[in-house]
Amino acid sequence: MIPGGEFFQQIVNGLTVGAVYALIALGYTMVYGIIELINFAHGEIYMIGAYIGTIAAALLLGAGVPAAAAIPLAIVAAAALTGFYGLSAERIAYRPLRKAGRLAPLISALGLSIFLQQYVLLAQGARDKVFPEEITSAGFTLGPVRVAFVQVLILGVAALLMVALQGFVRRTRMGRAMRCAAQDPVMASLVGVPVDRVIALTFIIGSALAAVAGVLVVMYYGKVNYLAGYTAGLKAFTAAVLGGIGNIPGAMVGGLFLGVVESLAAGYIGGEYKDVVAFVMLVVVLIVRPQGLLGVRVPDKI
Amino acid sequence: MTQTGDVSHVLRAPLARAAGWTAAFYLMVLPLMGPRRGLWVALAVLVVQALALAADRVSPASRERLAAALRGSGRFSAWMELRPAWVRTVAPPALLLALAAAGLGMSPYTLDVATNAGIYVLLALGLNIVVGMAGLLVLGYIAFSAVGAYTYAILNTQFHLSFWLALPLGGALAACFGLLLGLPTLRLRGDYLAIVTLGFGEITRITLNNWNSLTNGPNGILGIQPPSLFGFTFSQPKHYFYLLLAMVALAAFFSRRLERSRLGRAWVAMREDETAAESMGVPTLRLKLLAFTLAAFWGGVAGVLFASKQLFVSPESFNFLESVMVLCMVVLGGMGSVPGVILGAVLLAFLPEVLRGVAEYRLIVFGAAMVLLMQYRPQGIWPSSRRYEEFRQEA
Repeated sequence: MIPGGEFFQQIVNGLTVGAVYALIALGYTMVYGIIELINFAHGEIYMIGAYIGTIAAALLLGAGVPAAAAIPLAIVAAAALTGFYGLSAERIAYRPLRKAGRLAPLISALGLSIFLQQYVLLAQGARDKVFPEEITSAGFTLGPVRVAFVQVLILGVAALLMVALQGFVRRTRMGRAMRCAAQDPVMASLVGVPVDRVIALTFIIGSALAAVAGVLVVMYYGKVNYLAGYTAGLKAFTAAVLGGIGNIPGAMVGGLFLGVVESLAAGYIGGEYKDVVAFVMLVVVLIVRPQGLLGVRVPDKI
Repeated sequence: MTQTGDVSHVLRAPLARAAGWTAAFYLMVLPLMGPRRGLWVALAVLVVQALALAADRVSPASRERLAAALRGSGRFSAWMELRPAWVRTVAPPALLLALAAAGLGMSPYTLDVATNAGIYVLLALGLNIVVGMAGLLVLGYIAFSAVGAYTYAILNTQFHLSFWLALPLGGALAACFGLLLGLPTLRLRGDYLAIVTLGFGEITRITLNNWNSLTNGPNGILGIQPPSLFGFTFSQPKHYFYLLLAMVALAAFFSRRLERSRLGRAWVAMREDETAAESMGVPTLRLKLLAFTLAAFWGGVAGVLFASKQLFVSPESFNFLESVMVLCMVVLGGMGSVPGVILGAVLLAFLPEVLRGVAEYRLIVFGAAMVLLMQYRPQGIWPSSRRYEEFRQEA
């Protein structure tokens, strides 16, 4: 047994990682909700966001901008540009295949994921990209638990974005169009919902959220490399399935849950098996409760 | 609207759009590629847009015609299906004999590459059973091969198990893994299955990496003995070449027979419409399990051959990219088409040798090719005629 303080420490660390999974999972879940496609390239989009944020932060800090302004600016820049990556991905790899059955878009997504990964490898090299500012160490202690400021930042930003997204989907006209398209794309287009534009917007929002998650992770771990998207994407997908795919609050819950379980597993079983725990959980959830923690069982359409 | 002339009026919107996309792409790649290299990307985007625009101006239907031409008329594959019976009986053995004869004149290096290609052909034929014939997307396929390879590696180094016993045993063990994985997961919808198999592949690799007492972790297992037969030991590239040639012939024959069997036809029925097949009395769950297990078996066999050729196994050889590579072979060649899959595997296995000078661009070309292939020729280069019809209807 590890002592109680260690337990709470793992919970805090798990929530931090979980918030990041949740942000990435939102992109999977929103896209799946509308076009029923597992966007394999989403992990790569997250990785690209992390790179862009790191490079932007380095440029801004190099130009003498104070960190308090440079980091938010870098996050915004990463979100904006990565949103465009998502938009382009949809236009180039997915939209032409919208009516092409199930297998073709999946393979296209897989191809796009390899393409983006290799693109970053060729453009930036195989070495780790290091975040310019050393901010991982600063923090405070809360009883036996050490909390880094970055962790507070991650949890805060993630919470803010999730509330904002929920507000957007629930309260705005475009959000209503989104829910409408998720329910029935054909019917939605018949009543005048611009489904193509809704799907494009979904990709932009999902990618921007993933980019923010990416920048936050680089600040937390201090570095990123071109392979980072693969595992993170798988984990986030697990989180989305865990919460019930297509379900936005589900993705948040699933992300936090996965983060905590994984962190505890790393503490109790050993760090090398924490990925195994995540995948085993995915398999078990799919078998026992395929609709996820918050999902509703939907009969297969005939 | 100003009357500045017909052409500029019609062109303005598309030109603005082309300029917009070019600028956007430049901005997108700018942080990662820098201002200088980014210009090349922008230029490429501009050229593609200009070509598309020009094609539309010259003849609005030209793009559709080009796409239709790429998609193909299916005449070739239809002819291949309907070709005279004697061609069908004579061509495969003739090809086999030609390859066997060619093996005599090949350099050891070429033989080695050809042997590796043979292992990939085995893997691709195995994956084709589940992806091509039964229509289930499996992404962690290389894990089954890892099971086979490690079975031989461990049993041979610890207990001196003979290669000829390990071959069926490795296959059988991999098939057991397939069965164990398939039993709970095959009820899932297609894309979930893809992810679960991907997760299974990762679990296998991580376990091999960390179970030091059994697998020697990331260092792998050294000192595997080469196969031997009645005192004759396989030691040269030539020997392995003929071993693989025989195995590929066996696997191809097996696949071909399977395709035309009652089982193969039931798989097609299930692939085309699961609900309809089930309502006609096709036991879909059992069929899926069978496809899964058979594919896993061939994966395991290929793994044993791989281990016996390399005389060394390590978890590195069984990463996700290998699974993707095998899937690419199946997709490129033509899902469900035995000759297509063989062709796809040989092409992709020899490609790195051809592209030696630009090796670092190999995978990015792969990725782009997969995306484009799905749009312009989803049925692959040598499709089965049945699959061709299916994709035509979907498009």
